[in-house]
Amino acid sequence: MTPQKQKLVVIGNGMAGARVVEEILKRARDRFEIVMFGAEPYGNYNRILLSNVLNGSQSATEIFMNPLAWYAENGIKLHAGVKATKIDRERKVVIGSPLKKEALAYAVDAAAVPDAALVEESYDHVIIATGSRPFVPPMEGFGGTGTFLFRTIDDCDQIAEYAKTCKHAAVIGGGLLGLEAARGLMTHGVEVTILEAAPQLMIAQLDPEAGQMLRDTIEDMGIQVMCEKITTKIVREDGRIKRLDFKDGSTLATDMVVVSAGIRPIAEIASVSGLTVNKAIVCDDQMRTSDRSIFAVGECVEHRGKIYGLVDPIWEQAKVLADVLTGFNPKAEYLGSKLGTKLKVMGVELASMGDTKPSLPDDEVVVYREPSRGVYKKLIVRDNKIAGAILLGETDTAGVLMQMFMANSAVSSRRADLLFGSATGAPVLSVFDLPDHAQICNCNGVTKGAIKEAIMIGKCHSVAKVGGCTKAGLGCGSCKGLVAQLIEAYAGEVVDDASEHYYVPGVALEKSQLVAEIKRLGLKSVSAVFRELAGGKEDPASKVGLASLLKTLWPGEYDDERDARFINDRVHANIQKDGTFSVVPRIYGGVTSPAELRRIAEVAEKYNVPMVKFTGGQRLDLLGVKKDDLPKMWKDLGIPSGHAYTKSFRTCKSCVGTDFCRYGLGDSIKLAQEIEHRFQGIESPHKMKLATAGCPRNCSEAYVKDLGAVAIEGGLWEIYIGGAAGGTIRKGDLLCTVKSHDEVLKLMGRFMQYYREHGKYLERTYHFVERLGIETIRMIVVEDSEGIAARLDAAIQQAVDAYKDPWQEAAVPAYPGQFSAPELAQVLEVAENNG
Amino acid sequence: MNTPNTRTINLGSLDKIPLGQGRSFQVEDTQIAVFRQRDGKLFATQNACPHKQGPLAEGVAGGGKVICPLHSHKFDLATGQGSEPHECVKTYVVREAGGEILLQL
Repeated sequence: MTPQKQKLVVIGNGMAGARVVEEILKRARDRFEIVMFGAEPYGNYNRILLSNVLNGSQSATEIFMNPLAWYAENGIKLHAGVKATKIDRERKVVIGSPLKKEALAYAVDAAAVPDAALVEESYDHVIIATGSRPFVPPMEGFGGTGTFLFRTIDDCDQIAEYAKTCKHAAVIGGGLLGLEAARGLMTHGVEVTILEAAPQLMIAQLDPEAGQMLRDTIEDMGIQVMCEKITTKIVREDGRIKRLDFKDGSTLATDMVVVSAGIRPIAEIASVSGLTVNKAIVCDDQMRTSDRSIFAVGECVEHRGKIYGLVDPIWEQAKVLADVLTGFNPKAEYLGSKLGTKLKVMGVELASMGDTKPSLPDDEVVVYREPSRGVYKKLIVRDNKIAGAILLGETDTAGVLMQMFMANSAVSSRRADLLFGSATGAPVLSVFDLPDHAQICNCNGVTKGAIKEAIMIGKCHSVAKVGGCTKAGLGCGSCKGLVAQLIEAYAGEVVDDASEHYYVPGVALEKSQLVAEIKRLGLKSVSAVFRELAGGKEDPASKVGLASLLKTLWPGEYDDERDARFINDRVHANIQKDGTFSVVPRIYGGVTSPAELRRIAEVAEKYNVPMVKFTGGQRLDLLGVKKDDLPKMWKDLGIPSGHAYTKSFRTCKSCVGTDFCRYGLGDSIKLAQEIEHRFQGIESPHKMKLATAGCPRNCSEAYVKDLGAVAIEGGLWEIYIGGAAGGTIRKGDLLCTVKSHDEVLKLMGRFMQYYREHGKYLERTYHFVERLGIETIRMIVVEDSEGIAARLDAAIQQAVDAYKDPWQEAAVPAYPGQFSAPELAQVLEVAENNG
Repeated sequence: MNTPNTRTINLGSLDKIPLGQGRSFQVEDTQIAVFRQRDGKLFATQNACPHKQGPLAEGVAGGGKVICPLHSHKFDLATGQGSEPHECVKTYVVREAGGEILLQL
């Protein structure tokens, strides 16, 4: 026997009411028998798009979110055109009365059908989502011919129809909706005047200066704006509007009036039913009213003294309510919302969030104004976080700002980055602004449209799932942040996929846990890790990462199973597109000699190397080498491996330094050679490319290396870490300034070891440094705040001591066939024993 | 047992393939990759990745799969099914007998 369903009555089928029902159905499809009361005779529609209906760019049917069929499909009983008037809490019944067809649904005194039978619905739970009604400032003559509100689909139709008979229209209210109404009216060929009671437009979102700038732009479009105008009377002649009289004694000739002066919550049903009502229906953090079985959501709610009229907070409320009511998360709480909007007002880009002006003495205000382009940007920073921002005319950084504002995250010390995008990174764009054909993942050629589809249709709500579905983020990974933003934008929130934190996909542990388990169990080979920590399931995609980790964890003791190495590390060369390899001999500090060059040239000729090329790291690359030639070439070269192929220390470039350069302040060549001798072949989570510069002119690009040392006046060296100049460009962070080569080597080594121990597999230093923060790293590596500096120094020394040139394997291959070309099989049929 | 359309070819000692790795063999005009998994299972596929002809025998293998060394396309060694749509590789029957690798064509 199925248990009796609980009965849920929802009062109001506007955006909030319908959304909360959707959220409930998502969590518990069959839990409730749902009945909805909707005072308007329609299904539910997207009120935000109303102005599009007014200006004709969308038809009324296009903005329906849930057509009547939706209610039927989901087994919801809708009383359309019936206004709920009272909740009888004794009998647990909601009472409604059918409205006359022409009745104004949200009016306090909406006309009921005379003598119609009342509708009664019993309930276990009620959700009140009555929303709000437009506010009409007190004035004589409002109502009747030529006066309109701007709120419902019917309003739009009627405004558009009436405008055909008019030359001039007045819009009362200079807020967002008022401006939208004015824009809509303009398309109907009437002259429009906006009347605002406050001294400026959009007072909720803009400060006076931005308000004035917006006003100038709007007036340039041909719309008249009058501020500080309070309408006292609508004067008619022969039944038609003739003019408006204002409080200051002035007048304005007009043919019609549209009022859009804000909203007031609809709370009568709560008052008459004995619920606590203040400015609106008072709700707790679980969206409960003063009656435990009655909830409320949306514009009719007062939560912690605030009433929200924007979509995002209401969506958040709906989620919490659904979590609580379905028991999906009985402890869910709504703690209030931060407000921010990004919109286009009459073609003007605008973003506004939080405060519009400073309110505390220590608030920092950053302002940029460019009147000739109508651009105004303002930032209010409090405790190094965004307390408010206004972007008018140019909103490139709005998406990022909004995220930082909502997340309450600490902001860049360069405030200009927040207003104009980072000087070091790509332009900061809101993902919403990108067209569908924009390529997000440049490695795998995945467009925003494809990702959007995966999110919305494929229901991929984690970065890993989107990657699995589209391949986005599976190349260099630098677009993962954008993918996360897209998920946030189109699915609400990013689901944290635990697997994203695993060190390797095939072992369900984060790096720190994995390291602890490996040490506890004494696992020294990749196959042992699979056996003990992955249920015996071998995963090829995890082998290489595990090998790298084990080698760092067990220096000298690691059981080096060669099948766990990537081909490059099996043969100490870099595989090319045609299956050949490259040979890059080490050239310490980029300094070579005629004898060495001669040997390289001879080897290149002897083995018919198709291409000899300088690498980006000041070395010679012999490309197109056959696998079985590799060991012979190494022997002939007699130079150690340059490690141009593995996740390890690669090279240290240098400039001319002090020997010949007329600017050199420090011996960058000698330091680079010392660095290369010391750290050659040191494995790490990802490759490390280094450079030393003899002066801040940075000829060797040390500022943008994983680790860089730059000589400065006074015999000092600056050490930079986390720089990048590949797919990602980032200037390294200054770790510290030291006095000698030895100190450079020591601190670089200490940082490398810390990175080896704490970096995620395939996490470059520029991500690692950003993830931990330079201050944290400096505390640990330079200040020794954790008391581990000596241990780190010892560990890196051990790794240095363990270094062996891998090209020595030329003499004795590590395993049979290490450098073999495909073996020619002798095709001799085998005589089978059929017995 | 050989049917009239199949032939069995002896590729030589199993020791030619290091444990857990693959190795390519030129069999007449085709290159065939043979994999020797750590659990003792043998697999054989065409050596050329259908994507950009990467040598699959050089890929990291295990758990019944191989990852192409060039662009990390994955293939199931038993069925030939690839990780990318419309990509798969030809597989061959291969077994070990008396320490030798026997490939069936």
